[in-house]
Order: sequence, then structure tokens, then C-alpha cells
Amino acid sequence: MERNPEGENLEYGALEEVFEVPIGPIHPALKEPIRFTFQVRGERIVDVQIRTGFAHRGIEFMGMRQGRNLIQILYLSERICGICSVSHPIAFTQAVERAAGIEVPPRAQYIRVIISELERIHSHLLWAGVAAHELGFDTLLHLTWRVREKVLDILEELTGNRINYAIPIFGGVRRDITPEQYPRVWEAIRYYRGLLEELLDAFLRDPTVEARTRGVGILEPKEAEELCAVGPTARASGLRKDVRQDRPYLAYSDFEVKAITPADYGLTPVGDVYDKIVVRLLEVGQSLDIIEKALENMPEGEITSFPKIPALLAHLKKAEGEGLGWHEAPRGEVIHYVRLVSGEESPLIWKVKAPTYSNLLSWYPMFEDQEVADIPIIAACIDPCICCMDRVYIVRNGKEETWTKEELLRLSWEKTRRMRR
Amino acid sequence: MILKTLISQLLSRPATNRFPAKYMPKSVTGFLAKVKEGKAGIHPPIPAPPKFRGKIAYDREKCIGCQLCIRVCPAKVIEFKPEEKKIRMYVARCTFCAQCVDVCPVNALAITPEFLLASTDRLSPELIVE
Repeated sequence: MERNPEGENLEYGALEEVFEVPIGPIHPALKEPIRFTFQVRGERIVDVQIRTGFAHRGIEFMGMRQGRNLIQILYLSERICGICSVSHPIAFTQAVERAAGIEVPPRAQYIRVIISELERIHSHLLWAGVAAHELGFDTLLHLTWRVREKVLDILEELTGNRINYAIPIFGGVRRDITPEQYPRVWEAIRYYRGLLEELLDAFLRDPTVEARTRGVGILEPKEAEELCAVGPTARASGLRKDVRQDRPYLAYSDFEVKAITPADYGLTPVGDVYDKIVVRLLEVGQSLDIIEKALENMPEGEITSFPKIPALLAHLKKAEGEGLGWHEAPRGEVIHYVRLVSGEESPLIWKVKAPTYSNLLSWYPMFEDQEVADIPIIAACIDPCICCMDRVYIVRNGKEETWTKEELLRLSWEKTRRMRR
Repeated sequence: MILKTLISQLLSRPATNRFPAKYMPKSVTGFLAKVKEGKAGIHPPIPAPPKFRGKIAYDREKCIGCQLCIRVCPAKVIEFKPEEKKIRMYVARCTFCAQCVDVCPVNALAITPEFLLASTDRLSPELIVE
């Protein structure tokens, strides 16, 4: 029991006092290093500060300044995120293809779409399992992850690896889907079609899950819009926001993708954790639709416009220009920006924006006035990928430094001048 | 649904493959030593699909020493031996993207389904291909 300086016992007064509860950077409730400092009154969160910067790996620098050529950087970009391991290469190849003026044959575009949708299924099932685990419902975690194995097997069959598929390359893809593989993919689609209803039932009509997620971690539509939330985090708040719908790329315009919100399940979007489960599970169904359509309408023809890698390397070395690539990763919009200069094998600039970077700020309204016990599930509900988005955190002489917008702008001007010289 | 699945789970076999042993051995290293002596057998792993990207196989005779594989390798796995004009691969560093297999003009490199590559020594002879 807390006592105030007068030595008086404050049984109710103590609840008025605000305590600081730090969680992280290393904590059992977190999967990756990040630090939350909560101001807690009783069991309620009053305020939160979030600090990132514990897991910055400098991948962009490795790509730009360590003498790698673009093909080597492609595999580096694949390793930005283990779960979105085809989303980053897809965005990166698109950026380079735009910069270097490379066309992608239609069949290659379809294969990229199929692999990325399979990846979405496995990522959403993985998240659903993690969410169940954070709720303390480990039975559901094991059931979800058991059914996730099927899509990993299909990815292994199609690409040769369970993760880090190494499928896209500039100008196409590296492996075709052979006629023998079609039946296996169809079989997996049927398997998940039959299973989806069961999964929706297990997650959404379960009283325990509902009690722990309804009204927890609410992100209002207005806040989601103002804070530029992306992906399922924004869609759970009722925003119809999806890169595949808003700015179709690859073959996505053929499939008429519509952003999914809880309204499609007959619910009014609230933006709580429950809605995020709804959106992610419905997106598994949407991905199945897209894969079905893609398999049915798969065009014949080449899978790459540069079958000879040395020719591709020579073309990329000559290329000059800038390009932006975007993709709807399972967690939201991922953007890669690339600037190439002719005569150089590595790009002059390579900038990556992973989806979690856009979703970080939506944690602030979500944590507001929540229970301490709900911290793990709220932290997990945006499906954070801390290492993917991490930025440099400057500590000089033991002191943290904050750089304002003006200073950053001045630094970027200086850098541009340096590079033009 | 959950209850139904759980009860049926009691009667069905586990979804996972019991690898490397059917029951957890008291000491894994001891078990592996026994396997080496031939006293115990490894419970077989699930076979890899036909185009699985495993350890890279190298055909020394075919290699012409063009060094293209070294140019595209993202993990600096491959070392050039200038006096013989051949290559040496350190599998411990390999990321199994198989880009070297795609780029090789004479098909001297190939993917194999071998994936049991764990070792305590990254320079052990099984992890160096030349």
C-alpha cells in the first residue's frame, strides 16, 4: 500500500497516483525489441511513450554503399522481413523495373500475384495464431498453426523454400508453375475453403475471444485516417484502403480487388482488435479468390524478359533513372524507392518504407485508457514488424538526441549536394 | 468447433513428424553419436519436394572458371581459386537462393534436396563444396 508523505494510508488515493511501467525493449510479451513506457493509474493506461531504434540493421546502407549489385540486393531486400519475404522483393523489383524500363511478361505478373497471395494467407494465419497466443488461448494457436503448414508446403513446392522464396527477379520470375503443380495448388485452395468457416467460427463466435477483444484497442476511423494507418489496421476501422484497389500494379487490375472491412461480414466497423481479426480472416478468403482467378486465367508465354542473367546485369548497369515500387504486403503498404545511375552497379539511393512504420502511431490512440492486461494483444494487433521498419536512433555522449524536421531537411539538402558533386 | 476438434485430436496421430527420434532422447548429442556408430536409426524426415533448394552440388569437371556465380551470390559463399580456375563454396553461409545455379552458363552447379546440414563447425568438410 502506498503512503503519501504525511504517512496517511491512502487506499483509494493510491489509485489516483500514476505509476510508470516500462515494457521492453526485451520483454516476454513482445516478439521484437521496442520500448513502451506506460503511465498507469490503477489498472488503466493513462499515457504511453514508444521508443524504437533497438534493431536497426542498416540494410539500405548495405545495399547502397557496400558494392553489391542489384541482383545481390534483391536477396538482401528479401531478408528485410521473414514473413513478408516476397512483398519486399516485389516492391523492389517494381521500383528497379520502372527505373530501368524493364517490361514484365503477363505470366510472370500472374505468378508474382499467386505467390504474394499465398504469402498473405500464411501471414494472416500466423498472425491469428499469435493473437490467440497473446490472449492466452494457446489451443487456438496450435490449431491455427497446424493448418498454416499446408500453405507453407505449397510455397515450398512452388518455390523450393518455405520462406524467402527467391521468386521475383527483374523482368519476371525465376520459376514457372508447372502443369503437375496446378492440382496441388487447387487442392490447397479447397482445403482452406472448407476450413475458413471453421476458423471464423473458432475465432469470432468464441465467447472468450470476444470478451478479450471486443472494445479493446479501438482505433477510430478518423484517427486511422489522420495517422495514415495502412493495411488491415486501417481497414478494421472501416477505411476502404488497399493498394491493390487504389493503385493496381502487376496483374491486380484483372482481379478487381476490393478492400475488405468488417462491414463485409455484416458488422459495423469499430476498429477494435475483434475487427482486426475479422478483416484478416476475411482476407484469407479474398486471397483464395484471387489465386483461383489467377490460376484459371493464367496467360501462356515467357516468365521473364531477361532469360540470361549476364545480359540483365549489363542492362541494369547501363540504366539511369528513378523508380517507385509499391505492394500491399500482409501488414499494409510497402514502398521501395530506387535511384540508379549508369555505370554503377549499386543504386545511388534505396529507400524502404515497411508497413509497420505507418502503423506505429496508431498505437497511441489504441493504448489510451486500456487495461494493463491488454497490452500484449494491443501491441500485437497491428502485426508489428519492428526490425523491418526500424530507423536510426541517435545517442551521443550518453544522451538521446532529437532532430527536428528542419534539421533533417538541412541534412538531406547537404547530402543531395554531396551526391551531385 | 474447438471442442469437437480437440476431442478428435485425442484420437488422431500428431500432425508433426517425429524427427530425428520417435521419443525425445535424454541427450541429443549422445543420440547422434549412437546414430554414427549405427546403434540407433534416425526417424526419417518428410521428403523434400522435387525442386527443393538445398545444398548446392558442384561439377568440377564442367566448371570453366567464369566467376559469374561469384558476381551474383548475395552471401559471398563462393571463393575463387585462381591457380586452378575453380571455385570453393562455404555452405554455412549459403542462403539457398540458387541464383548461382541459374546463372551458370555450363550447368556445373545444381540444387540437391539435401537439407540436413546442421553442424557445430562451419568449416567441417561436409559444409565445404569444391
